[in-house]
Amino acid sequence: MENKKFNFKENTAQALLDSRLRKNLKFAMGAMIQKRRAVFSNAQELEKLRVLGNSIRRRALSKLPELLEKLENKCTENGIIVHWAETTNQACEIVLEIMQKHKADKLVKGKSMVSEEMHLNKFLEQHGIEAIETDLGEFIIQLAGETPSHIIVPAIHKNKDEISKLFHEKIPGTPYTEEVEELNAIARKTLRKMFYEGHVGLSGVNMAAAETGTLCLVENEGNGRMCTTVPPVHIAVMGLEKVVEKLEDIPPLIRLLTGSATGQLITTYVNMITSPRKAGEKDGPKEIHLVILDNGRSKILADPQLRQTLQCIRCGTCLNHCPVYTRIGGHAYGFVYPGPIGKILTPQMEGLEKAGAMTTASSLCNACEEVCPVKIPIPELIRRLRNESYDLNGTVQGHGYKKHFMETAAWKAWELVNRIPALNAASTKMAGLFGHMLPKAGPLKEWTHTRTKPVFAQKSLHETVKEQGVAHE
Amino acid sequence: MNKNRPEKVYFFGTCLIDMSYPEAGMAGIRLIQREGVKVIFPPDQSCCGQPAYNSGFPEEAKAVARKQIEIFNKDYPIVVPSGSCAGMMKHHYPKLFENDPDIKRVRAFSSRIYELTEFLVHVLKIKLADKGEPVTAAWHSSCHAAREMKVIEDSKSLIRQLKNVRLKELENEHQCCGFGGTFSIKHPDISSAMVKDKIEDIKNTGASIVLSGDCGCLMNITGAMDYHKISIKGQHIAQFIWERINGE
Ligand code: SF4
Repeated sequence: MENKKFNFKENTAQALLDSRLRKNLKFAMGAMIQKRRAVFSNAQELEKLRVLGNSIRRRALSKLPELLEKLENKCTENGIIVHWAETTNQACEIVLEIMQKHKADKLVKGKSMVSEEMHLNKFLEQHGIEAIETDLGEFIIQLAGETPSHIIVPAIHKNKDEISKLFHEKIPGTPYTEEVEELNAIARKTLRKMFYEGHVGLSGVNMAAAETGTLCLVENEGNGRMCTTVPPVHIAVMGLEKVVEKLEDIPPLIRLLTGSATGQLITTYVNMITSPRKAGEKDGPKEIHLVILDNGRSKILADPQLRQTLQCIRCGTCLNHCPVYTRIGGHAYGFVYPGPIGKILTPQMEGLEKAGAMTTASSLCNACEEVCPVKIPIPELIRRLRNESYDLNGTVQGHGYKKHFMETAAWKAWELVNRIPALNAASTKMAGLFGHMLPKAGPLKEWTHTRTKPVFAQKSLHETVKEQGVAHE
Repeated sequence: MNKNRPEKVYFFGTCLIDMSYPEAGMAGIRLIQREGVKVIFPPDQSCCGQPAYNSGFPEEAKAVARKQIEIFNKDYPIVVPSGSCAGMMKHHYPKLFENDPDIKRVRAFSSRIYELTEFLVHVLKIKLADKGEPVTAAWHSSCHAAREMKVIEDSKSLIRQLKNVRLKELENEHQCCGFGGTFSIKHPDISSAMVKDKIEDIKNTGASIVLSGDCGCLMNITGAMDYHKISIKGQHIAQFIWERINGE
């Protein structure tokens, strides 16, 4: 999806024209917000839990190198083979090598955003390996040839009718049906076979405990468990920030994650993976690999303020509550991670030059911060990234995303007007006198697309208070 | 929050009220004066700095903020008829000056900030007698009044004191109306989609007037309603209250 012609404004304009998308999103988001609210109905309890979640994540990040080392040691002790990848390409190569070593040409995949970040499916396809998505949502969008539009519900942009049509057209011998049960059964039947045919299974990791070398995976469909137990080889991919210190750190995070993501107290399946199949055990893979990916994360970690981005547990609730995301959907963002978390994560991973425009698409309404289970101050980080996008002379400072000389000059002028009382009085006076004659040009042109021009008062408050004799000191 | 009734307060008018809604500012001042408190309006005041702060120009924002801090230099409470500007001055000034030698002074300044309805309810404990005709009013919560200043219940409790006013809450009360300062100019399409939904919700209440404590939102909502020829009025809560209790 790294579209070379990426133009955020064009994308959003197009998404907004898609009334079906708007309808699908509005419906789905409404339901998800309701469910979350129901499970977190006790505000005090939720707040306590969020404080705890925040402190667990902050503690982990504060000693991340140490914890990662410990995780590696523990995993190795347990018989899990650990690999490190600095770039997404290295991570892909590692997966490929494992596949080739086992002469495997089919990979069954559980849902994993990191593998999306790696663009793994495309990479494997180029090397003659078929990657099969087994999460229902991922399966749907794979059939459609699309990418996920939400980090938890990848096919949220599609409604039942669209899925019915897709199954009918893309799965050979499938009659058209709109029955949800039947659709589920079709997917299940199609996928079941794959688990046995797939030589290697791949999954993400929701969190990993350094203390014990345990990989934790939550899911509802059971396909994740199939991917991690049926094939003889299991590869887990994780971003390096996913580690926590202790096993006991995991339950509160699961509670926050599932409550925020799907409004559940707990998911149907919680997988805790500590080692490959041991002697005498009847199931489980014979070999487990853990690929730990950096992809810019250690740089983010180095900045104490931006580091908070890495607290994220990928629950997706900030997307559901974001008024911008709900209007344009995930694809308009043009990158793997959409919505509020995408707005702060993507520009840091991909650079402001490439993805900085995403930071402008926020009204800073604070809804994301209000719901984030681990208390990431997303609006504050958006502001920080906006600051970094310019320098004082209006020239690009290496990583600035746009050279906006005019904008910089305009803000300088704004500062003078608002710092020097005489200038302020004069400009307010001008607005009152001539505001109605302002041409619908520049910013006003955009504003007046769907709104009438702002009205400027004939007499400012400054003038009125003077006339009315309000005291001044 | 210091809940003692002061003798004098400062009033910060906000740049938007200054330019476009002076009546709302005057109504706020009158409501305080009516309670026997002297209102000081420092004539050199301008803008809280939020537009630049949110747009990626913290230095410019800081220069303007510093000016306000200098102007409002006595120990009086500072009353702000906007949740958004109050949020900026109360919560963001200390961040803006985090590593500045003036930080102590800034914190003291920020601790004196009150949103207008918060001040009327908690400090002045104002009692309102309604002289107006029966009316149904919708309420729009601004994001920062709700999430930074947390004063929505204060604003609504004032409206509920007016016995002839039927207060209607919007279905998606806490969703942004799409103003967001320069956001509405940088992404007019998304902003329009947001305000359109907001207007739908307002229409669904059957109200003839929509009230808010923030003029930015009002400008956005009423501008869009005018454009679509929807005849629902928009008013700042202070002006609405002032008119009702005076039978205007
Ligand atoms: S930023 Fe917070 S709300 Fe958004 S996905 Fe991450 S943890 Fe969830």
